[in-house]
Amino acid sequence: MNAIVLDKVNKWYGTMHVLRDISLTVATGEKVVVCGPSGSGKSTMIRCINRLETHQEGSIVVDGTELTDDLRSLDTIRREVGMVFQSFNLFPHLTILENCTLAPIWVRKMPKAEAEALAMSYLERVKIPEQAKKYPGQLSGGQQQRVAIARALCMRPKIMLFDEPTSALDPEMIKEVLDTMIGLAQSGMTMVCVTHEMGFARQVADRVVFMDRGEIVESGPPSTLFEAPKTDRLKLFLSQILRGD
Amino acid sequence: MSDRTQPPAGLVGPIPWLRKNLFGSWISTAITLLLIYLIAKIVIALFAWGVVNAIWRVPYNQNGIAQTAICQDAKGLGACWAVIGDKYRLILFGRFPYDEQWRPAIVVVLFVALFVLSTIKAVWRKGIVSPAVRYIALAGAGLILLDNLAGLLETIAAVGFGQHLPLPFDLLAILNTVGKCLLIAGLLLLWPAIGVWVGTLALILVLMFGGILGLAPVAVDYWGGLPITLILATFGLAFAFPIAVLVALGRRSTQLPAVKMLCVVYVELIRGVPLISVLFMASVMFPLFMPPGINVDKLLRAQIAVILFAAAYLAEVVRGGLQALPKGQTEAADAMGLSYWQKTAFIILPQALRLVIPPLVNTFIGFFKDTSLVLIIGLFDLLTMGKIALSDPPWQSFSTEVYITLAAIYIVFCYGMSRYSRGLEQELNKARGR
Repeated sequence: MNAIVLDKVNKWYGTMHVLRDISLTVATGEKVVVCGPSGSGKSTMIRCINRLETHQEGSIVVDGTELTDDLRSLDTIRREVGMVFQSFNLFPHLTILENCTLAPIWVRKMPKAEAEALAMSYLERVKIPEQAKKYPGQLSGGQQQRVAIARALCMRPKIMLFDEPTSALDPEMIKEVLDTMIGLAQSGMTMVCVTHEMGFARQVADRVVFMDRGEIVESGPPSTLFEAPKTDRLKLFLSQILRGD
Repeated sequence: MSDRTQPPAGLVGPIPWLRKNLFGSWISTAITLLLIYLIAKIVIALFAWGVVNAIWRVPYNQNGIAQTAICQDAKGLGACWAVIGDKYRLILFGRFPYDEQWRPAIVVVLFVALFVLSTIKAVWRKGIVSPAVRYIALAGAGLILLDNLAGLLETIAAVGFGQHLPLPFDLLAILNTVGKCLLIAGLLLLWPAIGVWVGTLALILVLMFGGILGLAPVAVDYWGGLPITLILATFGLAFAFPIAVLVALGRRSTQLPAVKMLCVVYVELIRGVPLISVLFMASVMFPLFMPPGINVDKLLRAQIAVILFAAAYLAEVVRGGLQALPKGQTEAADAMGLSYWQKTAFIILPQALRLVIPPLVNTFIGFFKDTSLVLIIGLFDLLTMGKIALSDPPWQSFSTEVYITLAAIYIVFCYGMSRYSRGLEQELNKARGR
């Protein structure tokens, strides 16, 4: 079964065509890495999958439910899709534990004790159970992003979306977040990650999708895509991104 | 190693501080000395006028009229605090029947107790949330509603058909009182803070109006002084604040353009006119639009005007907080599947309101003082009562003393609000690890 199906999705900001005929199918358990230069529409695409952005043409089906203006379908999908943001977006006025239990308690209607036990188990999985009583402002960037991952997992989602999860981090903190994501990938989660971490893509991605100027230019397994790029645009992108390595 | 963690000697402590900030150069030393001289001179003069040469008591003649000749002689040299001793009850409680003035006195104490209690954090915790308690509160609300419904039907029958309904009104009135007690008890258990507020405000109204529990009824026309000021400000802000939050949310709504339009029109309309004109409309024009026979009390009309006016200003303050929140916060809440009201209650408002504590309290303080404008529609608040006290011939020339006393009362309340907000800010920042 397919977890996500995008069929000829188009989106405009005013007159700017930001997504052009995007068609992408993600199978259950598949890990897809989306890369591309900034402004290529990769973040917009991933944000369409849980309807933080609305598309104007084409269809998006997530976990068997089509995304429409209907609020019930929106609720269903957002329960099943977790998202991790570039800027963490933890709630600064709530403790780490409260950040993690809020949605399970109010959206999943879970009893508080059960939600806290669940949250602690995920905080242990991302290796920061001892920070549960602190506030986000007291944690480092890498720790905050790991909390954000745990928070999303507390909803027991079927699909996880990552929107440049390591771009706002200091270099020495990127690894701890990537390790968490690798562990998650190994547990069989369906994942769509927008990232420039090519090492991560090589290690866990079943497929890499290269986007440029609002369209999918090339896609395939990481080895073929990185070793034998077919298009000039991808060659240029890879040469720019790998220059530092 | 350890001695390196100490700052070098001669950098901390009061004497280095003085040397650095007050006597840093010859010019700053000169200014410091000049200011010390001026401050000392002013303080000594004030002390001489207000305490040493002050007159605390004056004799009265056989008709009970104050003989203020000694005060007149001391004018300019010493304060005549005797005017406060003579008039304080008029200033504080207005024309409330003299023998019943213990009632407004308790009301003032209750208000102060309510404010002090509200600053205690434990009061705002969640109480006992159980279905049984919820049913008690609901049953209470139901009984009150029942009585009001019967009253409404009776009014319709009487006005529309000239008939009386065969309903047991005595029983209903008793049930209403029982219902009120149940509701307050239920609220006290569910949310102690809200229970305390509803209970205290209800008790205040009972004490002021009288007419039950053996208290003599006192018409609103006889109310005055500090209770009027506190009632207008407290009820005004307590009701205006929730309205303001809703209006601010409505104004930012993207889904409901009609609601947004309505909120914009409301805020701009109210902000576009002076408070005096709103009060004037509420007092003079509003009754013209009401059907004859229905008379909404003058204080209530002024109260509604203050609420509507304060809500418009507070709404803009709250909107400022909503706009200052990063977009990521709403997006994260949306992505977790929280509903609009869950998102608003748990994520947006707690952060937005914290951001606007300083302007919020600024508006609160402003409105506390603006309540003195109700003078123009013939309500006698604290400031107006001060003026009325001064119209008594023997005391006419002692306005300084009266106004200083009034200012002191206003300062106590306004400074209290200001201090509380500062403490609240510090505490909230500390909790966030900043």
